[in-house]
Amino acid sequence: MSQSATAVVAHSKETFGFWLYLMTDCLVFATLFATFAVLRSATAGGVTGADIFSLPFVLTETMVLLASSFAVGMAVVAANANKRRPMLRWLAATGLLGAVFLGMELWEFTVLYQEGHIWTKSAFLSSYFGLVGTHGLHILTGLIWLAALMGHALKHDLSNRAKQRILYFSLFWHFLDVIWICIFTVVYLMGVV
Amino acid sequence: MVKRAARLRLPPLPRWAVVCIWVAVTAIFAAILYRLTKGMNHGILNPKGEIAERQRNLLAFAAALSLLVIVPVYAMLFAFVWRYREGHKRSYKPNWDTHKVYETIWWGIPIMIIGILAAVTWVTSHSLDPYKPLASSKSPVQIQAVAMNWKWLFIYPEQNIASVNEVVIPTNTPVEFTITSDGPMNSFWIPQLAGQIYAMSGMSTKLHINAYDVGSYKGLSSNISGTGFSDMKFAVRAMHQTDYEQWISTAYASHDALNETVYSQLRKPSINNPVALYRVISSDLYDTIIARYMHPDSSQVKTTEENQPSQTKLPTSQDTDHPMHDMGGM
Amino acid sequence: MNLLASILGDRMSWDYFWHGWVQFGGQAATIGGALAVVAGLTYFKKWGYIWREWLTSLDAKKIGVMYTVVAVVMLLRGFGDAVMMRLQQMLASGDSKGFLDAEHFQQVFTAHGTIMIFFVAMGLMFGLINLVLPLMLGARDVAFPLLNSISFYLYLAGFVLVNLSLVYGEFGAVGWLAYPPLSELQFSPGPGVDYWLWSIQIAGIGSTLSAINFIVTILRMRCKGMTLMRMPVFAWSIFATMILTLAAFPMLTGSLFMLSLDRMMGMHYFTSELGGNAMMYINLIWAWGHPEVYILVLPAFGIYSEVVATFARKKLFGYTSMVWALMAIALFSYLVWAHHFFTMGAGGNVNAFFGIMTMIIAIPTGVKVFNWLFTLYKGRIRFDAPMWWFVAFVTTFLIGGATGVMLAVPAIDFQVHNSLFLVAHFHNTIIGGVVFGYFAGLTYWFPKIFGFKLHERLGKLAASLWIAGFFMAFIPIYILGFLGATRRLEKFDPSYGWQPLFIASAIGTAVIGLAVATQLVQLGYSIWKRKQLQDKTGDPWNGRTLEWSVPSPAPEYNFARLPVVHSRDAWWHAKQGQANIYEGAYRDFELPKNTGTGVAIGIAATIFGFAAIWHLWWLCVVAVTMVVWVLVRRMMNEDTEVLVTAAQARKLDATRKAAA
Repeated sequence: MSQSATAVVAHSKETFGFWLYLMTDCLVFATLFATFAVLRSATAGGVTGADIFSLPFVLTETMVLLASSFAVGMAVVAANANKRRPMLRWLAATGLLGAVFLGMELWEFTVLYQEGHIWTKSAFLSSYFGLVGTHGLHILTGLIWLAALMGHALKHDLSNRAKQRILYFSLFWHFLDVIWICIFTVVYLMGVV
Repeated sequence: MVKRAARLRLPPLPRWAVVCIWVAVTAIFAAILYRLTKGMNHGILNPKGEIAERQRNLLAFAAALSLLVIVPVYAMLFAFVWRYREGHKRSYKPNWDTHKVYETIWWGIPIMIIGILAAVTWVTSHSLDPYKPLASSKSPVQIQAVAMNWKWLFIYPEQNIASVNEVVIPTNTPVEFTITSDGPMNSFWIPQLAGQIYAMSGMSTKLHINAYDVGSYKGLSSNISGTGFSDMKFAVRAMHQTDYEQWISTAYASHDALNETVYSQLRKPSINNPVALYRVISSDLYDTIIARYMHPDSSQVKTTEENQPSQTKLPTSQDTDHPMHDMGGM
Repeated sequence: MNLLASILGDRMSWDYFWHGWVQFGGQAATIGGALAVVAGLTYFKKWGYIWREWLTSLDAKKIGVMYTVVAVVMLLRGFGDAVMMRLQQMLASGDSKGFLDAEHFQQVFTAHGTIMIFFVAMGLMFGLINLVLPLMLGARDVAFPLLNSISFYLYLAGFVLVNLSLVYGEFGAVGWLAYPPLSELQFSPGPGVDYWLWSIQIAGIGSTLSAINFIVTILRMRCKGMTLMRMPVFAWSIFATMILTLAAFPMLTGSLFMLSLDRMMGMHYFTSELGGNAMMYINLIWAWGHPEVYILVLPAFGIYSEVVATFARKKLFGYTSMVWALMAIALFSYLVWAHHFFTMGAGGNVNAFFGIMTMIIAIPTGVKVFNWLFTLYKGRIRFDAPMWWFVAFVTTFLIGGATGVMLAVPAIDFQVHNSLFLVAHFHNTIIGGVVFGYFAGLTYWFPKIFGFKLHERLGKLAASLWIAGFFMAFIPIYILGFLGATRRLEKFDPSYGWQPLFIASAIGTAVIGLAVATQLVQLGYSIWKRKQLQDKTGDPWNGRTLEWSVPSPAPEYNFARLPVVHSRDAWWHAKQGQANIYEGAYRDFELPKNTGTGVAIGIAATIFGFAAIWHLWWLCVVAVTMVVWVLVRRMMNEDTEVLVTAAQARKLDATRKAAA
């Protein structure tokens, strides 16, 4: 077996394994979603989603994350074309948009906190902060991973290995996008309607 | 390898000796157990009430059905390992690994047995549903049971009395227990009268019983609830109607009234609480206990019907009698 | 002082070092054990050896051995807990209080359940998978060797935390699944539930990662010619089990995560206040918990399938049925979780549905038993020790299965739920099915890993004592259940007359203790007599599958040349001269280099768990930073593999063959 054939096998194994990982993470979110669905009306006489959510703000948040998902897609395209500089630029855009998204989410949390709508007030608020916060933690993880990938790409040439890693990162990032769309629909849209 | 090790060995036991030892050990053990359990008559195999009796009969039926599998499999196992042990002169078919008819048979037999049991399960899950009122010419006695840390409070809403760690019921009369918890989850169980049901804060479960005979039966919690869990037991005294009525009036004449102050005293964790009797002043004590854990949804503020407070706990529940309907079907 | 207080948080206290003399025994044993290991390694100057040959190794077989060693240590501790419970219940009748107070007794049974499931059964399972799965598939390694090592160290981190709870702090006193609201801060304010939470949370994440690893291994690493339907049934059982793990453990992660948010941040997911819903937790935990018991038992079914075929010298009967039965069990195990709480009052329809689904599992399980029996039929059965475990399995498991079907009928369950009948039932299936199966597997594959067999007659003696002790310990427990004895009582009313039966059960436990001692003696004696017990052929049992085609102990690279198979039982057919499985030329291959990455992540995970338990948030941040740093460093490292050339492979192979 030649070296490149070994690499192809390794790549196919890793891609498959990464998809399986995404599935498990998806199930963790499914657990949080199911619990949110049960607890969404358990407001203990306190605020409901309609009282505290601002759809335009969340829609903007969503657009920012979608844009960052687009940027990571462009980065993969650039990586496959062996264009390191454009790839780095797209990755930087991904990170920036991701950071903006995370910042907006934190800002939303801070406002809620200041208004006294905190997670200890009701099961609904617990499950809201738990679900959205877990997604936020994933975004933060992604940003750290992205920083490491970019640090590596700045110093080294684009190897096959590096390209694969960028592909896995993009899968992760798209996955978080999909989860966010679910959060947007189930938590925010259905919460306000 | 074999030679040097062989010197150290005890002579191997002949096969018949091994078999004899096993048979003897089994027989002695069975005899001891028989001796130990002789005269023990306070368990689920000695029911003293309608539900427990039907549950015992169902258990016997299921056990008999499973023997239909156990006995032949045991027989086959021991016959095969004996007949086909190394050195036998019978036929040896190393490549024989499939037989359509045989395999159909042993997919078929379990399917049939489980089919029968499934039908029985379907019927008895409904006929022995603890929520189902028992058929009787008498109207059921209402008793509200509250699991507390670590004692049981029984409220008789119609008689305006309450008791702790003891419940008195009339024989041959259906009794409807409405059960909740003012603390962690417990399970309400009177083995000789009926199977158990959970006691959970903020919601009500139900259990119907009908005791045949006069007597004192043990009642207990079977779900761990903290330090005093082992002492969460109560006596169930079943007595004739006249004695029961006598007991009610004694209780009503009790000097202690179960008002808010007394209840908040009772609510403090305590172990091995002595039996106590109370007059009850407030008619909605039980509902107050449940309401302590209830937080109506602001989205659907409805008035809850009495005795069905579980409705607001699970907003989408259709069947208020069964708080779990919604969840179990997920 | 203020600085110290802000570093140590408000939870830590000196009081957690001293609970009483009984607990001191646990502390002394744990610290003593750890010190003995450290002292031994130092005295014999083995630190370098342990580090190079074991801790940093990515060889699946070595990781498998480490899993097994840890699991055996935990088996001893879990068994110690069992002995304490039996003694307490034997003594505590009426005025006698026994030697454990309620709180401590509750910690003991919580630890017993947690340890036996998460650290013994799971550990032995992952151990055995690592030991034999790649060999069976004709692969050199698992798909992701480093991930494999990380999984092991996450499991080890859980192990460390669970034992640390003996030394500093306490363990949960809430039962092995920690139902809220009892497990919430309101009723369990101490660190015990947190020890429980974080030890299994961390180990559980390791299990999920392992599942990914083994699924990819099975689907992408089989040797040439090994189609799925040519895989040994053990590999099939691992496949089914790992699919279950992959789909079930994330639910555990999620549920534990929410419970820990309740406890750490004052949330109300499952509290009894402010809208929390404890029933949701109970549903979620059993949606993981029921598949979990099949996760444990399916590999054991796989082991029995290999053992029976090998020792009957006959093809496994009904291979296709076996595979379908495995998959059917895996599927149905997801549709039965609510049978753990029929007593919640869900109503006739729901209860009947889950009851019937549960019984349906008995059908494929029954089919498997018949297939094993007909593998024996017209075979030529050799009664080596693994076969004794098999016979012990069928005789016990059958009863466990029957009592399980009884429990599945809701109307019966109301009477035996949470009773000692239930306790006897699941020990009947877990000891009879899982434990005996893993013992069979360890006995069977031991020579392949270590190059010598375990002593046969001591093994048979151990199996005999185990089965006799098992029945003596658990038949009385069944009867106690019928007498209305609930589980988890640290004392009971003498008027119930339960004490003689508890004494009988304690005697049975003593017999099991003898069995365990026999196994330890067996291991020690076999190591001492390893020359006489040496396996020179690589195929001591006249095996059927690929692992027996390589020398014992199996070399690090498993196969110098990768095999090519043309049928099931490829090695059996090769021995009969029907096919040649090693026909191609030698080729270059790569082996993973040792790395300390797994160790570092394990240490970080332990620190994180400890910090989360004691609310040392700054330390949590340190631990997470450590993980990030280790992973980034690993990513930057391009030099992770060592090349073995075709010529070297040929030479290695020749040396091994010459030695044999």
